[in-house]
Amino acid sequence: MVKVEIWGSLRNATDGQSHVEVTGATFKQILDALAQDYPGLRPQIERGVSLAIDGQIYKESWFTPVHPDSEVVLMPLMAGG
Amino acid sequence: MALDHDTKRDFKIIGTRPLRPDGIDKVTGRAQYGADQSAAGMLVAKMLRSPHAHAKILSIDTKAAEALSGVKAIITAADFGDMRKGEAMNVRDHIMARDRALYDGHGVAAVAAINEATAKAALALIKVEYEILPHVTEIADAMRPDAPVVNAGFVQENAPKGYSENVVSAHEFGHGDLAAGFAKADKIISRTLKTAATHQGYIEPHACLASMGPDGRGELWCCTQGQFYIRTLCAEILGIEESQLRVTASEIGGGFGGKTTAFIEPVALVLSRKAGHPVKMVMDREEVFKASGPTVSSEIDVKIGMTKDGRITAGQAELRYQGGAFPNMTNWLGAQCAFAAYDLEAVNAIGINILTNRPKQAAYRAPGAPMAIYAIEAVVDELCEELDLDPLDVRLKNAARKGTKSSYGPTFDEIGLVATLEAAKIHPHYAAPLGPNQARGLSCGFWFNFGGNTSVSLGINFDGTVGITEGNPDIGGSRASISMMAAEELGIPYDKVRTIVADTNSIGHNDVTDGSRVTFAVGLATIKAARAAIKEMCKRAAKMWGIDEDAVIWEDGYAKPAGQNAGEFEPLSLAKIARKSANTGGPIAGHHEVNADGAGVSFGVHLVDVEVDPETGFTKVLRYTVFQDAGKAIHPDYVEGQMQGGAVQGIGWALNEEYIYGADGKLQNAGFLDYRIPVASDLPKIDTVILEIPNPGHPYGVRGVGETSIVPPLAAISNAVSRAIGVRMDQLPMSPPRVLKAIKGAKG
Repeated sequence: MVKVEIWGSLRNATDGQSHVEVTGATFKQILDALAQDYPGLRPQIERGVSLAIDGQIYKESWFTPVHPDSEVVLMPLMAGG
Repeated sequence: MALDHDTKRDFKIIGTRPLRPDGIDKVTGRAQYGADQSAAGMLVAKMLRSPHAHAKILSIDTKAAEALSGVKAIITAADFGDMRKGEAMNVRDHIMARDRALYDGHGVAAVAAINEATAKAALALIKVEYEILPHVTEIADAMRPDAPVVNAGFVQENAPKGYSENVVSAHEFGHGDLAAGFAKADKIISRTLKTAATHQGYIEPHACLASMGPDGRGELWCCTQGQFYIRTLCAEILGIEESQLRVTASEIGGGFGGKTTAFIEPVALVLSRKAGHPVKMVMDREEVFKASGPTVSSEIDVKIGMTKDGRITAGQAELRYQGGAFPNMTNWLGAQCAFAAYDLEAVNAIGINILTNRPKQAAYRAPGAPMAIYAIEAVVDELCEELDLDPLDVRLKNAARKGTKSSYGPTFDEIGLVATLEAAKIHPHYAAPLGPNQARGLSCGFWFNFGGNTSVSLGINFDGTVGITEGNPDIGGSRASISMMAAEELGIPYDKVRTIVADTNSIGHNDVTDGSRVTFAVGLATIKAARAAIKEMCKRAAKMWGIDEDAVIWEDGYAKPAGQNAGEFEPLSLAKIARKSANTGGPIAGHHEVNADGAGVSFGVHLVDVEVDPETGFTKVLRYTVFQDAGKAIHPDYVEGQMQGGAVQGIGWALNEEYIYGADGKLQNAGFLDYRIPVASDLPKIDTVILEIPNPGHPYGVRGVGETSIVPPLAAISNAVSRAIGVRMDQLPMSPPRVLKAIKGAKG
């Protein structure tokens, strides 16, 4: 299981929990598990999210490995100018 | 992507300052900008724009215009493809009104004619019947439950309740126990601060030349930060496949985020398709102000608690951003950035997006961050003043560092904030004496940076020179930086390498030039492409020597035997291997394609001295120093240029620049006479101090530098002005009338 931090406005979809545990070993598996286990997260995940894994922000890379002890933070999509 | 630990630190070319490759072309006029292309049979296009902030379009009668001699095509929204959702739909509907004009300047129809005069005459003959609707251009007005609804259907499930349908989304970040944090504070300050919408102020207006053939294939030349994204948007809007449209990016006269999307290109393409001729379209300055993408305006509530010795115990902010008639991302970007410079036990920031009858905002360097950090840094400075604490020491005491859990979630790795603060503290600027009516301000700044999808191709020419093809328009010196990284890796002189920006058919996909990504991501791909070419050159040398390729190493531009066991051979230069490439297996090239992650975050600190005239409220910037972590400065001139440019744009944002809307919802100052950007005579020399804390995600340690520098100036100048006049300023711009009003208000 991997512990994932959820940003504040999404916590309605996780019964108010700031962290949830899901099964997955890659970026995509984590997102798929979040959408399946917490359907309220699905609209935001479909609009686009990033994952910070051990301090690095990943936008799209499905196969980025995630370890059970990784720090994983769900974040919105990044943009810039 | 795994972090790149195959790092290089002993540089020969990186860190030097060779001549820029585009310099002569730009000063001689040889460089081809958006408006510089022409084609046989070319028509000229102009747009008819709404004079109303919000109006129902009852009818559009184009008969008289069509009958005008020289008019070849007229289009309205009905000529665009049918889409029901997505960003391309928003871009399409921002360009051309469908059933309602949503802002002053919204496109209603477009004409292609044999020349500009005819096109303008035709516009005057188009009859549009409007039903004027109530409008709303300000944040507080737009939020009211009874506010006119600007653009229905965008409310997300996270939008706060109790407001109008213009309040479309909210994103909240933070951690810790706020109540407990504030309970520990000796001093708590709450303020509401406001920033005006500003424009990126690029000198070159949007311009393009579009040609759609009867076979459905198109060519588009345009001024853009991202030819691939323009292709995607236009293909979606026109309902064609991307392979049918080739987009070539022109030289670019400034972008700063404002050229990351489309404003005229789909119009020119549809006109060309209808007219059967190439169509050139160039915005005038009034159109640029009214109908391109300015930044958001904001209202931000901040509450921060601090102990007597300067430790921040809790921070809280609600950031309300309006970005025109369509949703945008700035609310979540701003909320994440607001407290990023600090190591806090209790922090919360919520960013709210509100729709108004204004043009759709576009990115402007670090979108959302300057206003967020302005608000936080203004209150931190006020706390320092109230508690009689040194503002730099307080920043150092609370600074985020390696191991800090950031205000937006992830734990920081190696970051340069403490180093930049320490550099500022020992700099002579910080201790320089100040005169009457003068004061010093400072602010931290932060931006995420990112990488993204990138393709680079590197060819070894038969004569031993190198050509690099990449796909990101050069808005900040990337052609020089990319050539330097290739030369460094290959071990050849910089002037042996030429880098070009290719069209969408000449290289694999590249994301937009934004997010401070190019020197990081394209640089990374270039280094990897060079390493691929080196591997091939070692293989060719091995063939010529008749030894195993693993027994060949590459050093300083030469293939060499790896050791005595490999045999005694004269090293082969890149040029020698290149000349024999036809004999040894054919052309030699390297390429690399990547979705680059691992862009390191960037911090900066700005120091500014100002003098405020108490009689007029005029602020003169006396001295300005920028300290910024660049990871590794590839070409320091360009890095310094980015730091100086961001500071100057921030000075304009802080002191003068603002979109001013009248009660009628119309933009009052759509031109550089009334929208005043800083010019050279307004400015001191902007001094720069580059810090280099290597980014572990890049082979040379590069961090993006293009955006962070616009983040701190707003607060740094506000803090300086506030200290100079003895009144805390809470609204930007700090134009002379506003400063004078504050001074007089303080005097009672």
